[in-house]
Amino acid sequence: MADQALDGAASRPLLSLRNVNMTFGGVKALKNVSFEVLPGEVHCLAGENGSGKSTLIKVITGVYRPEAGAVIDYDGQSYSHMSPVTAQAGGIQVIWQDLALFPEMTVAENIAFQTVIARWPRLVNYAEMRRVATNALQRLGVTLDVDLALHHFPIAQRQIVAIARALVGQAKLVFMDEPTASLTQSETDYLLDIVRNLSASGVAVVFVSHRLAEVLEISSRVTVLRDGALVGVYPTKGLTQSRITELMTGKTFGYSALHRDLGTSPVMLEVKGLSRPGEFQDVSLTVRRGETLGITGLLGAGRTELALTLFGMRKPKSGSVVLDGNPVRFGSNRDAIAAGVAYLSEDRLSLGLIQPQAIADNMVVASLDKILSRGFISSDRKRSLVNRWIRDLGVKIGKQDDAISTLSGGNQQRVAIAKWLATDPKLLILDAPTVGVDVGARAGIFDIVSKLADSGLAIILISDEVPEVYFNADRVLHMAQGRIVGEYAPCATTLQAIEEAVYA
Amino acid sequence: MTVLIDRARNALGPELAGPLAAFAVVMVVFGIAAPNFLSRATFGSVAFQLPELGLLTLAMLLPILTGGLNLAITFTANMAGLTLAWVLQSQGGVDAGIGAFVLGSVLAVAVGALSGLIMGLVIAYTKAHPILVSLSMMIFLRGLGEFLTRGGDVSGIPGFLARIGYSSIFGIPVPLLIFIASVLIWHILLTRMKLGFNTYMIGSNIEATRYSGINTRKVQVLVYTLSGAMCAVAGIIMLARFNSVRVGHGESYLLITVLACFLGGVNPFGGFGRVIPVFVALVVLQLLSSGLNLMGANQHLATAVWGILMITVMILRWLAGRLKFLNTNRG
Repeated sequence: MADQALDGAASRPLLSLRNVNMTFGGVKALKNVSFEVLPGEVHCLAGENGSGKSTLIKVITGVYRPEAGAVIDYDGQSYSHMSPVTAQAGGIQVIWQDLALFPEMTVAENIAFQTVIARWPRLVNYAEMRRVATNALQRLGVTLDVDLALHHFPIAQRQIVAIARALVGQAKLVFMDEPTASLTQSETDYLLDIVRNLSASGVAVVFVSHRLAEVLEISSRVTVLRDGALVGVYPTKGLTQSRITELMTGKTFGYSALHRDLGTSPVMLEVKGLSRPGEFQDVSLTVRRGETLGITGLLGAGRTELALTLFGMRKPKSGSVVLDGNPVRFGSNRDAIAAGVAYLSEDRLSLGLIQPQAIADNMVVASLDKILSRGFISSDRKRSLVNRWIRDLGVKIGKQDDAISTLSGGNQQRVAIAKWLATDPKLLILDAPTVGVDVGARAGIFDIVSKLADSGLAIILISDEVPEVYFNADRVLHMAQGRIVGEYAPCATTLQAIEEAVYA
Repeated sequence: MTVLIDRARNALGPELAGPLAAFAVVMVVFGIAAPNFLSRATFGSVAFQLPELGLLTLAMLLPILTGGLNLAITFTANMAGLTLAWVLQSQGGVDAGIGAFVLGSVLAVAVGALSGLIMGLVIAYTKAHPILVSLSMMIFLRGLGEFLTRGGDVSGIPGFLARIGYSSIFGIPVPLLIFIASVLIWHILLTRMKLGFNTYMIGSNIEATRYSGINTRKVQVLVYTLSGAMCAVAGIIMLARFNSVRVGHGESYLLITVLACFLGGVNPFGGFGRVIPVFVALVVLQLLSSGLNLMGANQHLATAVWGILMITVMILRWLAGRLKFLNTNRG
């Protein structure tokens, strides 16, 4: 590969893989991949879902056995394949996204149970556990109450506990799978500091993340995979987010702020002084027909609560909402849907879609009245409605009756959008529409959003990723602690200015 | 042609394969083992025994599809039967006319529906678990019924009612006609009506269904009300067949109805399952016990064989799932 480069001193790699091939049921999951990690470096593994990142990690940790011909050099030894036992004994640790911790047990128990209980006489020695746990936390430069049950701690600190547990296992190489996916910005900064400490103490870290900003911030080198093949290894210096996206997807995306002229477009939604104590205070905003209003802010800023109130699922304490010229007061989300409000939930897995049910059923669930004929569900009408939306939104499916869970995140989100478009909304609220959607598929989602706005729909786009609202909204509201604290026009502001305000 | 086959397959669902296979096995095995199995008498006895268990199974099916359960079905049926019996008694007992029967039946269905309505309201609004709510209703109805009847039989039923219970139209027993009509109504409800559609959705994920703008409380209340009304129909048939009502009659059917649903491919956690496969499963169970009866086996042994059949079906389903898994893995 042309971009292959070693950073700094040419130290011998801790881990080096060559000729790794894996096939699952006729599909090549890894094609002749090589991969290298230096001792003590922070290395990022980038790629879309399905690009082979997890498969590669599982080959390295001995869960999968690669096809013959693979060479794995680790810590001075050469293997044709790893086993979970050799990987563990050699100090390779993985911190999966779900952390695999025990919420009801104490910090000390979580960190030390493997090492303390695994040894003869297999008895619990609490003093030993506490000592082991405190030592591990000290190495990370963290103090936590080790006697407190884990569920008392926020997710960021649980992450630390998972890292500490890996350290107790005498880790030399730690894989972190999407460690910041559920963290706020300040928690992420905290975690990145920990990762730096870890790397400084000589442990190599392989970082898997969708968030390219932190990839650039933390790692010294980036390995990019696409469709199971190695794209290249790049020094982080000189890389940009858009360059990594290009490498991951093989496509070029031209990003620029929107310049739509909406001056004369009629107002679709006007909210004045809307409040729900403890959630949001005195929120006023307007959205015009054909306009996309972005709302950003940290988790817990009251964004979702505001959206649910506009959708009729929560009742405001005070304030007024005018939709398309009519004052509205919703008793439930059924009233809101009837009035033309649609809400795409941030939690697609458990609230946005009915996962085990069929694609077609998920698409019509919110608009059943449209497929009735003389009071009965018409399967022909259902089929043609579903076909229309699949075509219009470019959803890739096998059969209409397949379970929705068989689709990729991006296609699921398209189905969820179609479900709401089928209700003929006037106002579409999109709450974190790209969570769990690949970088490449995100662009497709925003193409749809932009076309919907052009067709005259009023859209509220909620996201905690500032670039998302910056590039896809006509105006951006910044929400913090339940209040709207800033308004920006992306075409007249820089992305950095908004990011600084939000993450300050 | 293939379109027609596809349509038929879609209408009936893949759940039908298991019950139909079981049906074939039972027919072949007993056809060989018991020479007089394939006779009018066998089918006559099945036709008369099927409706009671069948109607109660239909009453159980809807709550299971929502991810719940209705443990009060048998006592709701008893309560409805008692209601009809008391109306008939007050209108002259054995001399009561058709008018009294109609009035009594309407009241009986109302009593059944009321029992379901109360359960539905409690489940929908308090979010208490359906098992606990219906268990409470079951105990309440049993206690109330035993108190009101002093634990004895209520009889004195006009003769025409018994004749309805044993008469046939075009060679088909009236109770069986009522059962088949109920199966068809349930089938249409679940495949063609909004309530049925929403029943499946609620069974898979009630919160996501609520977020989609479905009135999930209304669906739950209606499901349990319909379940209660169907119990009442079963109660009326039981009264016609036995000429009397006793609280506790049919109690042993309770868990059999749950098993019949699962044998018919209904997902025990809700969201999936169809009426027709459940109907076939019921026929298989009834044929099995009639066949064993014919061979001179004890009635209790027949029940034991039902249990073995269920376990076999679970294991076969697991095996079928594994085979499918292996095949897709090989690609």
